[in-house]
Amino acid sequence: MGSRVEILNDGGFRSDGRRQYELRDMTIDLSQQGVADGSAIITHGLTQVLVSVFGPREAKMRSQTMHDRANINVEVSVAAFSTGERRKRSRGDKRILEMAATIKSTFEPVVQTSLYPRSQIDIFVQVLQQDGGLLQACINGTTLALANAGIPLLDFVCAVTGGVHSTSPMLDLTLLEENDIPHVTVAVMPKTGKVTLVTMETRLHVERFEEIFRLAGEAGKVIHAEIKGAVRERTSRLVGAMGSGPRAGGGEDDAMDEY
Amino acid sequence: MISFASFPVQPERASEYARHFPDDDDHMDLDDGDFEAGGSKITWPGETITSSQLYMRGHGTYVENEEVVASVAGTIERVNKLITVRAIRTKYNPEVGDLVVGRITEVQPRRWKVDANSRQDAVLMLSSVNLPGGVQRRKLESDELQMRNFFEEGDLLVAEVQAFFADGAMSLHTRSLKYGKLRNGQLVTIPPILVRRLKSHFITLPCGVDLILGLNGYIWFIDDSTRTAISRVANIIQVLASHFVPLTDTLLLEAYEWTVENDTDAKGLLSEDVGDALVATITARG
Repeated sequence: MGSRVEILNDGGFRSDGRRQYELRDMTIDLSQQGVADGSAIITHGLTQVLVSVFGPREAKMRSQTMHDRANINVEVSVAAFSTGERRKRSRGDKRILEMAATIKSTFEPVVQTSLYPRSQIDIFVQVLQQDGGLLQACINGTTLALANAGIPLLDFVCAVTGGVHSTSPMLDLTLLEENDIPHVTVAVMPKTGKVTLVTMETRLHVERFEEIFRLAGEAGKVIHAEIKGAVRERTSRLVGAMGSGPRAGGGEDDAMDEY
Repeated sequence: MISFASFPVQPERASEYARHFPDDDDHMDLDDGDFEAGGSKITWPGETITSSQLYMRGHGTYVENEEVVASVAGTIERVNKLITVRAIRTKYNPEVGDLVVGRITEVQPRRWKVDANSRQDAVLMLSSVNLPGGVQRRKLESDELQMRNFFEEGDLLVAEVQAFFADGAMSLHTRSLKYGKLRNGQLVTIPPILVRRLKSHFITLPCGVDLILGLNGYIWFIDDSTRTAISRVANIIQVLASHFVPLTDTLLLEAYEWTVENDTDAKGLLSEDVGDALVATITARG
């Protein structure tokens, strides 16, 4: 590597060999983790996040009990080994608290909390590896964990990060790119195209915003296909295991082949 | 043009996005062919199921733009015009008459709060319990003060769902000899959907294990003979060790037989005079 890494070289490649609009490899693991009601491990490239959902369950704090809907409680913890430099972050770290608040406000309009009065839904996000797109991974992981816990959602929420290098927009930034160029995280509900989150910590030229916003919305659909596929696969496997439907029936196998 | 090449771009699957069901069948049927044939239909949040003008929405769905949309991942079920989605993994949804196993979390005025794996803690009123031994409770202030003698925090109990409160919380009762506090056993927790409704949820296996299959996914095991045997042997070892008697297999067997002959339970063994008598007998024999 030279003294300075090129964000986008003349051949149109990024520092990790991707094209401008190429997303990183995504893996999803929906298997049971401990005693959680629903959990998911999601990776976007080298960023890895484990989300555990508990609930809806009895609200333990009286002050937070709401009589008409459930309270969503989000806690984020960042593993000391998740970054390149080993660094312990305390629970009260402002950045972490802000991220938890962002995740909470992203999901409040999506989770049908009014079905569970006086209850509480706990979402515990554990960041295992960081390489950019942390918020996007947290949101996608939370969607999956909530769906896995059987909590009613209006739709999946699919988040993606977009940035702009001089005039060329890029998607799904790595840490290296995030440190260098202005970026924005967008979370969409693909069914209706509604956007539940747009967040920006850097300054972005207003004329570039629209293009990135549109691209991120489209990339959200690609992420949606991945999320949907993972949820479908897990659900059909569990349904198959329960034998609640005709097991060897063509329907299920066809569905798998289709995916 | 955008390309996302790191994983294959999937062709547009129009059939999957708009999954409309033929609306020509109007006959009454519980397990209708369209929804059930060819394996149970699986759906997930945000997936359109059908038109809301032809069908009614049930649990696990919502209506948007005159379409019934799923809100949970699971199987689609239909009863006549009612469409529901049964989530594959979810909290326990109580129904009146269900047998549940729960754990006391809180003692409140005239009621206990019970964790029964549901979305809220269940309520067990003081007026809906029988006293130990099946005695009817007399309504006295004194027993309001003695509620912890019946159940205290952490106790496990088996009960039946009696009714629901306005906010959906369930009310339990233990007004039967079958129900009440659970002791001396082990609790195992599984997803509630895996417990099928049976004629009886009190099961005795041929190997001598009694189980209570709570519909809320809490399962209680009681194996009386094995458990007493284990605790007897454990206490015999304690007693022998406290008298500094070396252990042999024959000695243990003799001691065990002595406790059975003398009808001494495991707890009784720990009292000093019983222990002394035991040691005196078996060392004399040896």
